[in-house]
Amino acid sequence: MLGGYMNKVLRINLTTGEIRTEPLDLNMARKFLGGRGFASYTLYKELKKGIDPLGPENKLIMASGPLAGLFHPCSSKITFAAKSPLTGIYGDSNMGGHLAAELKYAGYDMVIFEGSSNKPVYIVIDDDKVEIRDASHLWGKGTIETEKQLKDELGDDFQIAVIGPAGENLVKVAIIRHDFGRESGRTGVGAVMGSKKIKAIAVRGTKSIPVADFDEYLRIGKEMFKSLMSSPIFPEFQRYGTTMVVDWVNEIGAFPTRNFATGYHENYKELNGTAMKERVWIHDKACGFCPIACGNYSRVEYKGKTYYVEGPEYETIGMIGGCCVMPSIYEVTYGNYVCDNLGLDTISTGAIIAFAYECYEKGIITKNDTNGLELRWGDIESFAKLAEMIAKREGIGNILAEGVKKAAESFGKDSIKFAMQVKGMEISAYESHWAPAMLLAYATCDIGAHHNRAWAITYDIEVGREKITKDKAERVVFLQHARPMFDALGVCRLTWVECGLNLEYYAKIYSAVTGWETTLNDLLKCAERAWNQNRLFAIREIPDFGRKYDYPPARWMEEPAISGPTKGRLIPKEDVDKLLDFYYEVRGWDKYGRPTPEKIKELELEVTE
Amino acid sequence: MARYLAAHSEACSGCKTCQLICALIHFKENNPKKGAIIVKSNLPEPGFKITTCTQCGVCASVCPVEAIYEENGVYKIDRGKCIGCYACVSACPEEAMVRHPAETAPIKCDLCGECIPYCGLNVLYIAQV
Repeated sequence: MLGGYMNKVLRINLTTGEIRTEPLDLNMARKFLGGRGFASYTLYKELKKGIDPLGPENKLIMASGPLAGLFHPCSSKITFAAKSPLTGIYGDSNMGGHLAAELKYAGYDMVIFEGSSNKPVYIVIDDDKVEIRDASHLWGKGTIETEKQLKDELGDDFQIAVIGPAGENLVKVAIIRHDFGRESGRTGVGAVMGSKKIKAIAVRGTKSIPVADFDEYLRIGKEMFKSLMSSPIFPEFQRYGTTMVVDWVNEIGAFPTRNFATGYHENYKELNGTAMKERVWIHDKACGFCPIACGNYSRVEYKGKTYYVEGPEYETIGMIGGCCVMPSIYEVTYGNYVCDNLGLDTISTGAIIAFAYECYEKGIITKNDTNGLELRWGDIESFAKLAEMIAKREGIGNILAEGVKKAAESFGKDSIKFAMQVKGMEISAYESHWAPAMLLAYATCDIGAHHNRAWAITYDIEVGREKITKDKAERVVFLQHARPMFDALGVCRLTWVECGLNLEYYAKIYSAVTGWETTLNDLLKCAERAWNQNRLFAIREIPDFGRKYDYPPARWMEEPAISGPTKGRLIPKEDVDKLLDFYYEVRGWDKYGRPTPEKIKELELEVTE
Repeated sequence: MARYLAAHSEACSGCKTCQLICALIHFKENNPKKGAIIVKSNLPEPGFKITTCTQCGVCASVCPVEAIYEENGVYKIDRGKCIGCYACVSACPEEAMVRHPAETAPIKCDLCGECIPYCGLNVLYIAQV
């Protein structure tokens, strides 16, 4: 029995109803670690080229990691993955909460959902007992009511992941939600779950996770807690969570305002951590085994009703507050609630609605297109209405539900120039008109534009924003390995990102837990392997995949920022090409952005048709 | 003077680190379900509630085989002696005793205090009354 892993994979076929277990592939564990790595390997190996992401041939992966559920800070991340209906390539999104640990206590490292049911179901995984149950009484309900009802029916000790109406209606920015506030938000994994007619997955486990060297593991785990909790940043990050950065991001002009036309929101002090803490916050809410508790549980009144929601976090503040130019934290908190309950990603939905506002302002769409709904920047009522139309695919919502790229193709009139996406996925909350490393991170992110894989903007500030240099590509590549390493291990990266916990700890504890002597470089190599595997997935799917899919939207290359500290700035296409040249060189890819045979061999990857 | 593990529930974030370290110290197992602290939420309503043992001794008084004994004001279970009748679990006025399917004996707090330093929000403390 390999320590840290439960050594078992569960496979559930929704078409046939067959449920079976398989031993964990130890070669996969060694080469891909777990979580996101398992998803990369499994989807490349098992999915046929060209399948419909919303058809029964797609597979939904739910994978925990070898360090999840163990005693070290923030061991709580689970990955959901599939061929993305939003981008058509490999897609994944991870969440915290308590599900990653619970899945292991139930005895599984990974669950693979195959086929699709012809009626709504929910899955119960209760240790060794696994059932597919009828969910017709839950279909159509919001995420909050669904999770609450299942908690009441099954018991508070079940950890539950659900979809909302957006997932049911195959909206391509639909989320999977858990613990009343943790989300796998990106790449449309909620739509894949909806296409299989799985309304919810409930997990409970009573088993123990084996470890190879108990004393050493516990010693390192205790040291990691003490080191994290004595970090000078710890108290502030605990107090504000990710909202801590709102002020700084505005001061450097990177707050995505007015659909990324500028990096500065004039009223940002109405949206920052202090506003959140003083006006809507009720209490801290943590994921499993996390002493930081960066999550904030909040309350907001809207039209005489009280709503509770976890958040808003920085990304939601950026994408609803900045991108859609909301006046204060109250509107953002209510918008957060609306999206969460409908099962929509706040990042993509913020980008899509901001795009719709801009199209309306420019006359590209009119009241005739919106069923008479007037679209205005900063108007939460139209935001909430449009979000509902997207989730239910009503009227123009049916077009917007396809994501901002498809919507731009439908609206035409050069709107693609300000459709803020890469590879079909909406850009998250860092305005990069004058942040070359951050722009490169978005351009090259393996799942489409997402900050999570490389938060490189701090590097731009550190070494000089004007620089278009190879070291920026090197930094982006390092981050694209270090951060996904956490997603593979099943651990939250914010211990390191925000509080500076030493990365070497993860090699030490992985070695003690598994009994496999492993260095930090070994772990980073596994992350690099998954990154290249995902690139090969995209190349297999899309014959001309490469450089032309790595360009940011024209707004960043052709249209200067309109105000704030970055006013007048842009990064022209020739500079983007320079950055991509550096990036491909650092990665060992050819000039079209394809892994070379030497790189493929070095990483021991198999290429299949 | 009685001493027991107490909690400022209103500050709890629900991370359950206390349950995990408790199981590691007492069972050498990664299994928070074997922790002697109960953390519950009533989500989507806000807040968490922590239940801890107050060392009141009711459990010892109802045990038919005298498997629960007192040592310096702390009630402990002789796990070999326990017959698993759960009279103590039913009698506990705080509902602070934990049952786990793999254990015959229930699980209760022995006031070791190991959970306290790992609580990031300083929710747990030793109360003296």
